[in-house]
Amino acid sequence: MAQTGVESAAAGHGAEPRGKRTEDGQATYLVAIAEALWEEMERDERVFLLGEDIGVYGGAFKVTEGFIERFGPERVMDTPIAEETIVGLALGAAMEGFRPVAEFQYADFMSSGFDEITTALARYHYRSGVPIPVVLRAPSGGGVRASSFHSFNPEPWFAHTPGLKVICPAFPSDAKGLLKSAIRDDNPCVFLEHKWIYRRIKEPVSEDPDFLVPIGIAKIQREGSDVTIVTYGMMVHQALEAAEDLEQKGISAEVVDLRTITPLDKDTILSSVAKTSRALVLYESHRFLGVGAEVGAMIAEEGFEHLDAPVVRLAPPNVPVPFSPVLEDAYLPQVADIEAAVEKLAAW
Amino acid sequence: MTTVTMPQLGETVVEGTILRWLKREGETVALDEPLLEISTDKVDTEVPSPAAGVLTKILVPEGHTVAVKTPLAEVEEVGAGGQTGEAVAPSGAAQVAAAGAPADTAASAGAGGAGPESAPAPAPAPMTPTPAATSAPRPGGLPDRGPRSQILSPLVRRLAEEHGVDLSQVVGTGTGGRITKNDVLAYAAARQAAPPAPPAPPAPPPAAAVPQPAATAPQPAPVPPAAPAPQPAAPAPAVAGPREEVVPVSHIRRLIAEHMTRSLQVSARAWNAVEVDMENVARLRERAKEAFRAREGFNLTYLPFVARAVCDALLAFPMVNAEMRGEEIVIKRYVNLGIAVSYEEGLIVPNVKGADSMNLVGLARAINDVAVRARAKRLTPDEVHGGTFTITNPGPFGSLISVPIINQPETAILAFDTVEKRPVVIDDAIAIRHRVYLSLSWDHRVIDGALATQFLVRIKQNLETWDFAEDLGL
Repeated sequence: MAQTGVESAAAGHGAEPRGKRTEDGQATYLVAIAEALWEEMERDERVFLLGEDIGVYGGAFKVTEGFIERFGPERVMDTPIAEETIVGLALGAAMEGFRPVAEFQYADFMSSGFDEITTALARYHYRSGVPIPVVLRAPSGGGVRASSFHSFNPEPWFAHTPGLKVICPAFPSDAKGLLKSAIRDDNPCVFLEHKWIYRRIKEPVSEDPDFLVPIGIAKIQREGSDVTIVTYGMMVHQALEAAEDLEQKGISAEVVDLRTITPLDKDTILSSVAKTSRALVLYESHRFLGVGAEVGAMIAEEGFEHLDAPVVRLAPPNVPVPFSPVLEDAYLPQVADIEAAVEKLAAW
Repeated sequence: MTTVTMPQLGETVVEGTILRWLKREGETVALDEPLLEISTDKVDTEVPSPAAGVLTKILVPEGHTVAVKTPLAEVEEVGAGGQTGEAVAPSGAAQVAAAGAPADTAASAGAGGAGPESAPAPAPAPMTPTPAATSAPRPGGLPDRGPRSQILSPLVRRLAEEHGVDLSQVVGTGTGGRITKNDVLAYAAARQAAPPAPPAPPAPPPAAAVPQPAATAPQPAPVPPAAPAPQPAAPAPAVAGPREEVVPVSHIRRLIAEHMTRSLQVSARAWNAVEVDMENVARLRERAKEAFRAREGFNLTYLPFVARAVCDALLAFPMVNAEMRGEEIVIKRYVNLGIAVSYEEGLIVPNVKGADSMNLVGLARAINDVAVRARAKRLTPDEVHGGTFTITNPGPFGSLISVPIINQPETAILAFDTVEKRPVVIDDAIAIRHRVYLSLSWDHRVIDGALATQFLVRIKQNLETWDFAEDLGL
């Protein structure tokens, strides 16, 4: 099957997502996610998808394009525009032994299902002991000029909620391996895809149907000795670019990609900080009580003896994501901002 | 905000070294008040503040060498009141920033409500300029090297303890002079690398900056942009044994060490000497010196006689007045005569521009002028650049004969030792004459022994045969 042009060409109805890889076999983040869904649905018939316009339309971002033809409408279920219902339906199905994967069109709309997510889904296992293997997939994050209703990073809400695992991959391989792990996990998982990464980042991705990336393990994406940048999601790519520039300036930055927000991989973070003694926590959720607030506090509390400078946070201010490109760029940490913050920290 | 940059203190100066900051971050500074001391090659000078205000940021720490026009510091103007040089009470946010807090903290503090800020601002004690105290140890035992020099992270304390490092000996490279983890580890590593031996000499600069010849010469080969000298590795600290004392190496001492070592590394030094009969010169000097002193205000020494004889010999043998520049030899048809001047801190070699066009008195005046100003540290940077040949004169200290090191990038250096009466054979009779050894260290890459000897003999003949009486108005 010679499919080319990942971005535009559809694989065709009923075709495997793997056919959407580039000619040299690389998968975008979006294709890697589709592959994970496809493989897990083939592997385990208890796995089914539900969401708004995921069937005939193929999903808001075309992740599930072609799935309904292959797996049928009972396993690729179009739902009403009612997020609370979607979550409730998934929870009930999980109680009955299914392994539902629900898609939100945008992570911003998860708040419409907030009660079901945080009070029902997250707590049900705690109350009953029943496994709840639900995955909630949602495109999150900004940087794509999508305004305040389509650019949100809700990971702090869900990371704050006991009972949920929150996963925020930055690379196609991690997205595929972590999504497959989430589907096989017996706990409810919030899987936040980043829409800026969807079609921008591609790489060779394993085709092994049992390729898994463990949940709760961070990855050092670049080794360095002077400053640790702890980050995740889109900011990993900005951090890597900044680290490249900083190398030219004689500052060696290590980039720790959390990959999973909860459970948080403290060991990797702390061992990196033990090496560099300086930590910049970079995150896309709001600065105030965002993910980095917890990471920074954890480093200060548990890594104090290793620190040679204050833990520094770099994150957007507490305002909605602006629509104006100029304002959105000012809102999101840019590569130059990261470099400036690291330089200041390295000199502290 | 005004940015303070490394000034160009002479047309051949391409870089400078920060010797000392006279102000700390957060201190107020008046217009033209000395802000820091810099050193360009061998001349030290103060840099005045280009604006009145608060020194908000020091961008280049002490000891670093940077190119001309490199930003060194930022001075924030604080209204006309700053002109007086008195401490100006900063705004709340500025005060926080001056105290070294991250800017975002300052910003959120500002947004946090006017509660505490509305109280009268306390007198900003640390803002009072105290340049005299900048290097005095504080009660804590650490030298005050900046606003953060007293801040020790728990990590730094622990590492210092583990490695047995005396933190008062460690110069912090962090912002505001803070001692960082790396400073402690580098100090400990350097000490381990070179236990009780003298500190390892810093790596020599990769290429000596090529000074341009005198301004009268056409622009020569382009001056390579002087790469900022690599920051020398932290020298291994010496450990004093019983009845020993560790003396800090001064900036000038370090420069001399670098220059002398580099000279021996790049040149093929050879040496020879002649003995010169100075009887005629001595008698003439004896006759002239009182009137000379009365007229000129300084003593007539032997040196200008030798200098005059040397200038003639250099024009006669211009290869001795040449320079190995890269792969080629550049011959100079002018003489910028370097005079080694020793002073308390070390040695400096200003040169007399256009010395070949001066007569004896002119040379005497010019040599006296640069020597006096060298000892007063009033030389301009150009006066230590562009020399073509150097005379060193250890005679007054009583030496018999000397083997000097060539002052790069010159080709030769003449040592002129003690003039003393010696018995000599003249026409098969033993006579008592004023005699001196003139010796020449020369670069065998550029010239050979025959030429070096001819050059020396020319000087000898000049001194023995010339009549300087007319020059002296006798």
